[in-house]
Amino acid sequence: MAEKTKLFTRIKFYRIRIEPRLSEPPAWYPPLISVGALILALILGGILIKLAGGDPIRSYAHIAKASFGNIGVISDTIVKATPILMTALACSIAFRMKLWNIGAEGQFIMGAFGASAIVLTKVLPPETSRWVFIPLMMLAGMAGGAIWGFIPGYLKAKFNVNEIISSLMLNYIAVAWVNFWIFAVWTEAGFQMSPKFPLNAWLPRLTDYAQNIPALSGLTTHMGLLFGILAAVILWLVVFRSCWGYEIRLIGDNPQAARYAGVNIAKNTLLVMMLSGALAGLGGMSEVSGMVHRLQTAPIAAGYGFTGIIVAWLSKLNPLAIIFVSILFGALILAGREIQPSGVPKMIQGIILVCLIASDFLLRYRVRIVNTAEEK
Amino acid sequence: MDLIIVLQAGVATGTVLLFATIGEILAERSGVMNLGVEGMMLIGAMSAFSTTIATGNPWLGVLVAMLFAGLISQIHAFITITLQADQVVSGLALTFLSTGISLVLGEGLSKAGTVSLMPVFSIPVLSQIPILGPIFFTRHSILVYFGYILVPLSWYYINRTRPGMHLRAVGEYPAAADALGINVFRMRYLYVFVGGVMAGLAGATISLAVSPGWFSELTTAGQGWIAVGLVIFAQWDPVRAAVGSYAFGALRRLILDIQGPTMLFGFANPFYYNPYWGFFLQMLPYAFTVIVLVIGSREAMRKRIGAPAALGVPYIRGERGL
Repeated sequence: MAEKTKLFTRIKFYRIRIEPRLSEPPAWYPPLISVGALILALILGGILIKLAGGDPIRSYAHIAKASFGNIGVISDTIVKATPILMTALACSIAFRMKLWNIGAEGQFIMGAFGASAIVLTKVLPPETSRWVFIPLMMLAGMAGGAIWGFIPGYLKAKFNVNEIISSLMLNYIAVAWVNFWIFAVWTEAGFQMSPKFPLNAWLPRLTDYAQNIPALSGLTTHMGLLFGILAAVILWLVVFRSCWGYEIRLIGDNPQAARYAGVNIAKNTLLVMMLSGALAGLGGMSEVSGMVHRLQTAPIAAGYGFTGIIVAWLSKLNPLAIIFVSILFGALILAGREIQPSGVPKMIQGIILVCLIASDFLLRYRVRIVNTAEEK
Repeated sequence: MDLIIVLQAGVATGTVLLFATIGEILAERSGVMNLGVEGMMLIGAMSAFSTTIATGNPWLGVLVAMLFAGLISQIHAFITITLQADQVVSGLALTFLSTGISLVLGEGLSKAGTVSLMPVFSIPVLSQIPILGPIFFTRHSILVYFGYILVPLSWYYINRTRPGMHLRAVGEYPAAADALGINVFRMRYLYVFVGGVMAGLAGATISLAVSPGWFSELTTAGQGWIAVGLVIFAQWDPVRAAVGSYAFGALRRLILDIQGPTMLFGFANPFYYNPYWGFFLQMLPYAFTVIVLVIGSREAMRKRIGAPAALGVPYIRGERGL
């Protein structure tokens, strides 16, 4: 009994104390916290799946097997990750400047529309070479996205309109716009989709080279992945190694200082929103040209823009980290299609984001257990 | 197409926006922007509908919706007030999370059939007033009438009462409020909760009064975001919020009803003969939200009034605020 009270009094002297961090934490610390938040999120998600009447372990095992189980599904995972990679890059550059572009979804859709318009308006004959078709579609896709990014950017720069809401509203408008074209103009026999693109407007896929390398047969990973990785590398160089990237980071960290330093915030707002839109638009182009091969709303407006927000945040806005994190989320979405109840992947994405944001606290503060007895 | 009937239905539709907008105004007046309105409305709509199916009592459904949405708003409160994280990102996270939760828990609910709804009645004397009577006081859900009371009540609360003054102080200059002995953290938690409760009520208004049922994400179809936009248009004033909400409600109804008749004001109805024009009509509420935002933002710039000064800034005791 006496032993017990002694222990209790000793514990009583220990307090959890929260102190602001005065110095930068070591380089390994932020990724560790992110991984910790991810694991916590998966545990919380498991509890919620259990509460909703599912089997969490089976669900997770299913996600792992259905997304990384063999070379075929790994390829499918990469196909799903490609659009997420692009939209996450789009979000990362805007978020870097604290521009909350949550319209990547709409910019992605308008990119898909722009690219499809090149094919479906038949400005080029269907037998045009692939090497003419694809660059033109890329340009049109990026233009479509950039225009959709320009609108909230212009309204922000000119009238100080909240870009969160304006960019989000444009998502809904983009969906209605594409619906109009595929119902009224480009419909295939009354169905809610355009006719299939001619083969020359398809991005090359791995399976196209199966004649020479039989192992590639059936793999649908397409050239969009290459665009994405290239874009990530270029974006990394722009953000961390160029003068413009420095301006963007400066505006994001301290707009007041940026203004005094003579940085043109309005101009950068426009440029960054358009770049962000163009990246998302390129994603839309790569999705219609590499995967869907026609213009159709459901597979294009599938929430890639929103997943991109989470991926960008999880990657701490680092373009190179985004490549890997988007593959993880590609897996989650690919395997998630078969999980019941069907809202589970969305819920897990939400929990991951909540845990991540909460974990940022540990980067700014340190939690210490101090012995108050010793201090006295 | 009878304009009176369209406007009557528009008032009911606008009530949804009204609840969500006033809730968000209260939260933002305390300095916390909660972008999770859309998600909390979905939680409200789902839990109101499923509770009513299970118990047969719509009143209980509304209560559960308000509590559940209020509860989930406290995640945002904890992350932004205690953990001092960015309110924008946390609000987005809350939207994802609560959309996901309502989809998971609402699985199969769309085939659940009909439920008993909130009572609908006309107000005896007021409904006899020409034009206004049939629009505002005839055959409305009790929730719509509650909306009428809420507008002056919340205006009075914010502008003319002591707790309302504390609320404004916390949102404008939390350090000064703290020095006066007002508990900034508790106030912010409280008003985020109130905002969540109101969003839940807005969701319940959809699923138990305006358009009964559960249609997964299409139940709200972006109305939560429109509400966040209306807060800016309303300049954080409940009366302006009411004007905006009812106008938007009427617009949404008009878009639905204009495609029905073959003749419109004596002319052949172009929307009937070109059904694809409907897609452009669908864009209107969202396009109008952007336009309304431009109007609100320009006016705020001109009059030099704007958001509560501490909106979006976490309060850290002992640090030089603002």
